[in-house]
Amino acid sequence: MDFNRVTLLADHAHGPAQPRSLIPLTRREFLKGAGILTGTLAASSILAALAPSRAWALELKTLASAQGDALLQMGKVLYPHKGLPDAVYALLAKDLDAAAGKDPKTAQMLTEGVAALDKAAGGSFVTASDAKKLEAVKSLEGTPFFNTVRGQCITSLYDNDMAFAHFGYPGPSWDKGGYINRGFNDLKWLPAPSASASPAPYKA
Amino acid sequence: MAKFELNDDSVVVIIGSGAGGGTLANELCQKGVKVVLLEAGKHESPATFINDEWKSFGQLAWLDKRTTSGTWRVAKDFSGLPAWICKTVGGTTTHWAGASLRLHEHELRARTVYGDIKGASLLDWPLTLKDLEPFYSRAEDKMGVTRTHDIPGLPGNNNFKVMYAGAKKAGYKDCNTGHMAINSRPRKDRGSCLQIGFCFQGCKSGAKWSTLYTEIPAAEKTGKLDLRPQAHALKIEHNDAGKVTGVVYRDADGKDQRQKARVVCVAGNSIETPRLLLLSASPKYPDGLANSSGQVGRNYMRHMTGSVYAVFNEPVHMYRGTTMAGIITDEAANNPKRGFVGGYEMETLSLGLPFMAAFLDPGGWGPDFTYFMDNYTRLAGMWLVGEDMPRPTNRVTLNSAEKDQYGLAVPNVHFDDHENDVAMRNHAYAAGEKVYQAAGAVRTFRTPPYPSTHNLGTCRMSANPRDGVCNKWGQTHDVANLFISDGSQFTTGGAENPTLTIVTLAIRQAGYLAEQLGKRSI
Repeated sequence: MDFNRVTLLADHAHGPAQPRSLIPLTRREFLKGAGILTGTLAASSILAALAPSRAWALELKTLASAQGDALLQMGKVLYPHKGLPDAVYALLAKDLDAAAGKDPKTAQMLTEGVAALDKAAGGSFVTASDAKKLEAVKSLEGTPFFNTVRGQCITSLYDNDMAFAHFGYPGPSWDKGGYINRGFNDLKWLPAPSASASPAPYKA
Repeated sequence: MAKFELNDDSVVVIIGSGAGGGTLANELCQKGVKVVLLEAGKHESPATFINDEWKSFGQLAWLDKRTTSGTWRVAKDFSGLPAWICKTVGGTTTHWAGASLRLHEHELRARTVYGDIKGASLLDWPLTLKDLEPFYSRAEDKMGVTRTHDIPGLPGNNNFKVMYAGAKKAGYKDCNTGHMAINSRPRKDRGSCLQIGFCFQGCKSGAKWSTLYTEIPAAEKTGKLDLRPQAHALKIEHNDAGKVTGVVYRDADGKDQRQKARVVCVAGNSIETPRLLLLSASPKYPDGLANSSGQVGRNYMRHMTGSVYAVFNEPVHMYRGTTMAGIITDEAANNPKRGFVGGYEMETLSLGLPFMAAFLDPGGWGPDFTYFMDNYTRLAGMWLVGEDMPRPTNRVTLNSAEKDQYGLAVPNVHFDDHENDVAMRNHAYAAGEKVYQAAGAVRTFRTPPYPSTHNLGTCRMSANPRDGVCNKWGQTHDVANLFISDGSQFTTGGAENPTLTIVTLAIRQAGYLAEQLGKRSI
């Protein structure tokens, strides 16, 4: 793998303190960027409770709406999760848009990559069937475009509050006193270990 | 805290404040020796540690540019990140899991016991387990290791319960919550473990031993320690007689400083330690300091590693509680009938959601990958860690084509798995899967090695100066007042997590060093 992935890891670790919050749900009329992605969280989604409103919109500063949409859809092909809302996959488009804004070469690579996806899908990647989409993504495996998008998925899709809620990962525990009194050893579906192997917790 | 003059040539300069350097500093200060402790990273504290994997990684990890080569999987998956170690006061003792196991007697005689393994540069250590035992005991007391010194074991979390049930069903005998330098009850002004679950991100309760809040403040109390954070060592200097005279470092303001020294001890972990010796090449030592043997940077070891994650029908929530919550030691013995020499340990491990995505299957995508993420709350995990073979070609060198932020050649880490490593890894994967299948796993996954945390051997100790860089005290064969004080000293790797042995060697080295200083022999 090229150096890209590690710079990406390092950038993410160092990056401007981006709160792992929901994407900004800016009112649509104020969005002036190059592109806009919009969607609605399903009322049944547990994430709906996290959002100030179920409707979301995301401004792209460098990429066009169609390009952002294609990248969002590519994320869904690469990392398909039933029930994970598009709002999470939109974070991928947002982060790639930010990368494109920082570096014209990245912008060009993403533009060409989306064009290649469309071509491989026989015209429009976004409207192609699931099977056709998968085929198009597979045909680009190993290209710098594929590697960049796939690598970005790892941090964009799995390091945000919506993903945490969806996958059942609570994040920080220190502020809640750890798990000493909150189920660190509450598993009951297997026989308990012996007291010598696993002594009782310390009680003050 | 003491402040010593830059031109005070009576001080001992220690480079690196982790398990080796931080411990050595305290031990020397307790004996009245003046120490300047140079640490490249910043000074954090339990209060500033972050329960967030990526943010903590940015805060603690060593992210200076490095390159990789060789056929090891890490070079493919993390080409610029060969090691997951730390640049912060306390070094990698902020990040370590706490497993504190003694080396086995036979591991210190690897060449004799394993024989002449083709393609390996095995050597017996120039010391024995008997030599180390009293120092191991002191280290365990210092660190508060559970199941030693009448300290009870830690309570097992859910991840351990799965391991334990599987181990018993699979026929393993020895499975418990391990020997951990994590307080199972309050001890030495530190509280007991709150089962927070972010051991790798710095222990916010301070229950896990780290030099950051044990050795270093204890050393400061003596008035003999001058700790200098954000002081990155650039070069060790020497005089015409060949003795080292001081260290040039870049300070927090970006200025170069020259600290004179009576003795220099290098404890920068096994990539930076040999790199600094190589960067310190001079007309007198054209191949680098202490490198007449040509062994500086060679025999780089990183332990045979791999992980097994398993999905169950019922919830596990492995992220709750201590990251390394238990161990199976049955496979640690040397039993060549398994198709390899040396042994391995099986230790629980968990990752949060963000790092599970990054490390489960680097480069992986599609439904096979997302299946495991979808089942995150029903995952159990274990790490497999065993002895790897030293090889002269597995090596840290200077990559002069790439420069770091100080303008210095970056280290390149070259590693090829020995066939013994591959055979052991495959055996360990199968053993891990067997444990989880016995506990009822629906599906298991063989996760490839993470960037190395157990970096060892690049300045190894040897009886014969031709075979290694330092003697049994860590004193370099070539330069009497230059010491290696970290895991670089390891002659071979053993199967056990190395921190306890690094601390043990540092305690032992401090005694020798103070004695030599007293005798004025260095």
